[in-house]
Amino acid sequence: MDFISILSIFVMACFVGYYVVWSVTPALHTPLMAVTNAISSVIIVGALIAAAAAGIGGGGATSKWLGLLAVVLASVNIFGGFAVTARMLAMYKKKAPAAAKH
Amino acid sequence: MARWTPERVRGDGKGFEHVEHLTVNPWASLAYLVAGVCFILALRGLSSPATSQRGNRMGIIGMTIAVVTTLITHVPTIQTLAVGTTDSGFDYVAMLSRIDALTFVEILAAIGIGAVIGVTTARRIAMTDMPQLVAAFHSLVGLAAVLVACAAYLNPGAFGIAQMLVSDTGVPLAYIFPVSRIEMGLGVAIGAITFSGSVIAFLKLNGNMGGKPIMLPGRHVINLGVLAAILGLIAYFTQDQSPWIFWTITVLSFVIGFLLIIPIGGADMPVVVSMLNSYSGWAAAAMGFTLHNTAMIITGALVGSSGAILSYIMCKAMNRSFISVIAGGFGGDSAGGAAAAATDRPWKRGSAEDAAFLLGQAEQVIIVPGYGMAVSQAQHVLREMGDKLKEHGVRVKYAIHPVAGRMPGHMNVLLAEANVPYDDVFELEDINSEFAQTDVAFVIGANDVTNPAAKTDKSSPIYGMPVLDVEKAKTVLFIKRSMGGVGYAGVDNDVFYMDNTMMLLGDAKKMVEEIVKAIE
Repeated sequence: MDFISILSIFVMACFVGYYVVWSVTPALHTPLMAVTNAISSVIIVGALIAAAAAGIGGGGATSKWLGLLAVVLASVNIFGGFAVTARMLAMYKKKAPAAAKH
Repeated sequence: MARWTPERVRGDGKGFEHVEHLTVNPWASLAYLVAGVCFILALRGLSSPATSQRGNRMGIIGMTIAVVTTLITHVPTIQTLAVGTTDSGFDYVAMLSRIDALTFVEILAAIGIGAVIGVTTARRIAMTDMPQLVAAFHSLVGLAAVLVACAAYLNPGAFGIAQMLVSDTGVPLAYIFPVSRIEMGLGVAIGAITFSGSVIAFLKLNGNMGGKPIMLPGRHVINLGVLAAILGLIAYFTQDQSPWIFWTITVLSFVIGFLLIIPIGGADMPVVVSMLNSYSGWAAAAMGFTLHNTAMIITGALVGSSGAILSYIMCKAMNRSFISVIAGGFGGDSAGGAAAAATDRPWKRGSAEDAAFLLGQAEQVIIVPGYGMAVSQAQHVLREMGDKLKEHGVRVKYAIHPVAGRMPGHMNVLLAEANVPYDDVFELEDINSEFAQTDVAFVIGANDVTNPAAKTDKSSPIYGMPVLDVEKAKTVLFIKRSMGGVGYAGVDNDVFYMDNTMMLLGDAKKMVEEIVKAIE
C-alpha cells in the first residue's frame, strides 16, 4: 500500500469516528472511554511483530524484549478494558429495556 | 544487496528502491480490515444502553481477529545457515528456517500475564475509581506505543520499513525509509506524551498528588520550546537516522507530557482524561501508518476522534476554550477571598429530619449529583432515598451536568451501579426547564454546576458556563461538607444564601443515610 492509500483510509476513518461518536449517548461516555481505550490497544499487533522478529544484528534481541513487554502492557489494556466495559454495561442492562433517550 | 555510503544515506536516499512491506498477504490485510469494521460497530453499539453490550462483544471479536491474524502471519522463526557437501560432491550454503517455539511460548505467556492483571483489576476496581483506572490504562497504551516504536527503530527490517544495505567496507545498515521515520517519530512522541501525561493525571485523580495546578514560571515558553524542538527533530530525523535524534525525541516527549499536565487543576480533569484518550488513539494511528496496518489506522482514527469530541463536549460544558484548559492554572488558588465572603452572609442550616420532611411533601424532586457524591460513595444510599420517596408518591429525577465528576459520564456510571433506572436520569438540556415546576432540588456533592453567577455575573470566572437552574426550584437542599470551602473554580455560590435554600452540612453519605432513616 502506498502512503496515499493509507492516508485515505485514515481520513475516512476519522469521519466515520466523528459521526459514530456523536451518536453515542452521553450516559455511556464513561464506557465509551473504557472501550476506546481497549481497542486502541490494537497496537499489540506491532508488539507481536516485534516480539516474533528474529532480527538482524544486536537490535533484534533488544527489540524482541521491548516487543514482549509491549505485549504485556497492551494485553493488560485489552483484557482490562473490555472486562471493565462489560462490567459497566451490565449495570445499565439491569433496568427495563425502555427506549433510549438522547 | 545495495551499497551505501554515508553521503547517500544522509541525502534523499535516491537509488534505494522501495521494498514492499512484509504483510503483503491479502488475506491478512482483509482480516485487519474486518477487525477495523468490528471496532466501528463496537462504538456504534454504544448509541444506546440496549445495544451497548453487543457493541462491546464486537470489540472483543475485532481484537481477537487482529491478534490471531498477527500470530499466524508472524510466527517466530529461527534462521540458520547450513553449509555442507552433497553426496554428489556439490558444496552448498542454505538458509534453514524453523519455528521458534520458545519465543512463541513467551509471547503467549506475555498475553497471559497481561490478561490476568487486566481482568483482576477490572473486577476489583470500585466504580468511583473509574477515572483513575482509565488514566492508568491510557498510560499503558502510550508506553506500549513507545516500546513498539523503539522496537521498530532498533529492528526496522522486521517491520518492513527499511532496506538492508551494505557499505563498501562490508558494514551492514538498515536504511529506514524517510516516510517511516516521520511516522515512527510521531508515534514515539505521541506515545510518550500520552504515557507521562496519563501518569500525572492518574496521580492527581488518585489523590497521590494534589489537585491544585502546579505553575512553573515561564512554563508557556518552556512548553512551546520543547514542542518546537520535538517537531524540529522529527523533521531532521528524515535526513539523518542517527540514534541520538530518536532518543532525544523520546525523552523530550516524556518531559513535555509531564509539563503539559502538571499545571492543570482537578476540575479540568474531564478534559484532560478525554484529551489523553484522544492521544492514545493518534499514537496507535501513527504506528498503524508505520506498519501499514488497516486495523490500527481505523482504530487510531476512531479513538482519536472519540477523545477529541469528548474534550470538545467537556470544554463546551465549562464554556472554556481548549487552549485555556491546556494552558492550565484553573481551579483552587483564588479561593481565599471568596471563602472570607462566605462567612459574612446569612444562610440557613437544616437537619436530616427537616430535609426528610420537605422531600416527603414534594411532588417532584430533582437530584443533582456531583463529584462529592463519588468521593463519599453516596450513590447506593441515594438510590435508596429515591426508592423511599417513590413509595411516598414523589416523582424522582436525576439531573446530570456534563462535567459533573472527573470524567465524561462519570455520574451516569455511578447511578447505574446503584441501580438507578436510566430513564430517571436526564442530561442538562433535557431537564433544565423542569426546575421551575420542581418542589425540591437536591444537590449532593455538586457546586459550580449549580452556580447562577455563571448566568448573571460577567466578572465570574465561570461566566457563560451552562448551569443547572436549581435556584428556580421551590426549595433547594444543598449537601456540603462545610461552609468554608468553595467549588473548584474558587467561586462563591449565591444559591447557599437564598431564602429557599437549606444547607445540609456533613458527609454526603452519612447525611443521606440519616435522611433515609428520617423518611420512615
